[in-house]
Amino acid sequence: MIRWILVGVIVGSTATADVLQTIEMKRHGEVSDFRPGKLGRMFAKLLPRPFLILTVIFMALSFFAFMKLLTVADLSFAVPATAASFVLETLLARLLLKESVDMRRWAGAALVACGVALLAV
Amino acid sequence: MSRLQFKTRLFTLIVVLTNVLGNTALTVGMKKMGALDSSPLSYMRAIMSPWVLLGITLLILWMFSRMTLLSWADLSYVLPVTSIGYILQAVIGKYFFAEQISPWRWSGTLLIVAGIVLVGLTSPRTTKENA
Repeated sequence: MIRWILVGVIVGSTATADVLQTIEMKRHGEVSDFRPGKLGRMFAKLLPRPFLILTVIFMALSFFAFMKLLTVADLSFAVPATAASFVLETLLARLLLKESVDMRRWAGAALVACGVALLAV
Repeated sequence: MSRLQFKTRLFTLIVVLTNVLGNTALTVGMKKMGALDSSPLSYMRAIMSPWVLLGITLLILWMFSRMTLLSWADLSYVLPVTSIGYILQAVIGKYFFAEQISPWRWSGTLLIVAGIVLVGLTSPRTTKENA
């Protein structure tokens, strides 16, 4: 039971972090200069933004919960179980980010959901 | 093999290996720690152990190598090709940690990879430019 609670914490915090990160990066606009110095300056400028600070906090929460999960569950359970974040993130992408999720993406998310469900057997 | 193909394959390999080996080192470290109580102190102690530190270092390298690969390769290429990591991770669980992997767990893992590959076949952008 505890392992599914931890999976829930990991999936919830990963999805929250990814949505916040996506909003902030889309707000910034497309990155077109990939020289390391330019990228470094861009990240330094973006880091103090509230959504990115929250992103780091949620990522840390997700990482600590993953560490804890590894002490109570198999690695071959922990890694695929956290893929449930794909499903939640697809839903959030549709609802919050207004992405148009076509049939193939819903089908992909459904396959991932079935795969995670099989881990419970 | 062109230069682009070569560096793409090289970085794909690095991304998959740092991810899988990072999780593996983290697992070794956490299994050595035994039970974690919920105090922040026990987490700090865990983070300072050599295997966990190695795991974290590899996972940081994973993040940076993935960002580098994404700077020229499509996300819709990176997502499915790196999902082979789920299968490698299961193989490591079975042979390195002697975990019992039931046919259900194998099918679950394969379905997840199938789902990721399917999503990888779609276009990476559905929102308007600079929306």
